[in-house]
Order: sequence, then C-alpha cells, then structure tokens
Amino acid sequence: MSSAGWSDFWHMGGYALYVWGSLGMCAATLLIEVLWLAHRQRKLIELISAGPDSDAGESST
Amino acid sequence: MQLGAVNWFYFAAPQRFYRLAGQLLPWCFVLASLLAVWGLYIGLWLAPTDAQQGEAYRIIFVHVPVAWMSMVVYLAMAGWAGVGLVFNSRLASMMACALAPTGALMTFLALWTGALWGKPTWGAWWVWDARLTSELVLLFLYIGFMSLHAAIDDPRRADRAAGLLALVGVVNVPIIYFSVKWWNTLHQGASVSLTKSPSMASTMLLGMLVMALACWAYCIAAALLRVRSIIVEREAHTAWVQDLARSA
Repeated sequence: MSSAGWSDFWHMGGYALYVWGSLGMCAATLLIEVLWLAHRQRKLIELISAGPDSDAGESST
Repeated sequence: MQLGAVNWFYFAAPQRFYRLAGQLLPWCFVLASLLAVWGLYIGLWLAPTDAQQGEAYRIIFVHVPVAWMSMVVYLAMAGWAGVGLVFNSRLASMMACALAPTGALMTFLALWTGALWGKPTWGAWWVWDARLTSELVLLFLYIGFMSLHAAIDDPRRADRAAGLLALVGVVNVPIIYFSVKWWNTLHQGASVSLTKSPSMASTMLLGMLVMALACWAYCIAAALLRVRSIIVEREAHTAWVQDLARSA
C-alpha cells in the first residue's frame, strides 16, 4: 500500500465499502459515545447545582 | 462499606475514586488517540496487501481488537460485579454498570465489522456459525445486564440481581473463544494465541496489537467517564456532590 497514491488508498482495491464501512462505523460510534458521556456529565452537574427540588437522575431522594 | 486496613480499599470510596478517575481520564483518551493513529498508519499504510484477500483483510485491524475487547470488557464487568457482591462495595457495582454499555458497543462493532468482512470473503453478511452465534449471545448478555439493572428501582438490589446475571454469563466467554476449535466454523481460527507463534506477517501483527492497545485505552477511558456520571447520579444527595455541583 505504501507505494500507491491517495486515490488507490481510498479505493482499497475495490473493497472500499467494506474497509471504510468498518472503520467509519467504529470511529462514529466511539465518538458519539464519548460526546454523549461528556454531555451527560455536564447535564448531571447542572441538574444537581439547580437545587434539591430538581430531579437528579435515579437518586431516590 | 467495609474499609479495613488494606490500602487498596482507599479508592473504594466513590468520592476518592471520582477524583482519581477525573485525573486518569485525559491520559487514557490521549493514549487511545495516539495508539489508534499509530495503529491505523501501520494497518492501512505500511502493512502489505494480503495475497488471498486483497485489501479486504485490513478490516482485521479493527475487527480483532474490538472482538477481543468485547470479551475482555465482559470479564472485567463480571469481575467488578463479583467484587461488588462479595465485598458489598458500591463502587465495584458502579464499575460493572459503567463497563456494560461500552462492552455492548464493542460487541456490536465486532459483529458489524465481521459482517462487512464476511460479505466479500465468504459471500454472506451473517451465518449461524458457532463463533458468530456465541458473540451474538454476548451482545444479548450485555443488553440483559443493562435491562435488568434498569428495571429494578433500588440501585443496590439492581446491582445484586444484574451482578448475578453477569457472573452466570461468564460461561459464554470461553465458548466464544474456543468455538473455532470445538466446532467446525466458517470463521477462521485464532490468528494470535499464547501457545504458538502467530500465523501472520510481523507488520500486520504489530498493527493489530497497537490497535488492541488503543481499544484497551479507549474502553478504560469510556468506563471512567461513565462511572463518574454514575457516582454523581447515585450520590447526588451527599454533601460532597452538592459541593462539587455548586463549585462547578
């Protein structure tokens, strides 16, 4: 692969759909997971700082 | 919670572990990113084309690491669940909960990348082969663990019930691992094993191992990030979480 150019690289010998489909799904889902987790953490802190009256997750209090 | 003289129970206090996890997080993410870039450079650029499969084999650089992690994360999850049951430690059960969604994601990715590899090489997205079927069962075990935990209102009761399910499900992990040996499977045998030298070129092997380390770092990072949310959620009524939220 190292001797080939960029277009050959993206073409993946005709297997572009399979190779990039695999890598793309991994990259996308991992990125979404991290962003979602970071968002959830921020939201939780906001909810709790808003006061005891607001509902903070699964806590029973 | 029992805090004895044993020092490694020090971090069993959610408050202390919350801080520790926060300190470890950035390093794990940086490590995962660097290893992934290095591993993909080796796998997609340096590694030679496979004589039989052409470029399609390059899926191995994500498929094998995520498939390994799907099993490793399950073992870690069951291990924490077991510690939670035996020592009645809240944090251990929270760790089990934090690992489950990431493990399920790894299992889904193993099945997804496997399907995209199976189509060009076997001519089928899916076959009811022992390896594929047992990996699908693993996905259902993760989903079962999360559903059972979510279905019980009291978190400590949920921990115990789901923890027991996780421990019983461990039996599936050796079935997945040895399925290619025990049954005649369409899925190929292990490329790397502890008992014999690997059946692949050293560049390919290096790329795969680097990607595996990247997946390790990622899974640890994701679990630490999630356990921080779980700690805050479950300890929301405590003074330290209230202080933390107010100072944020």
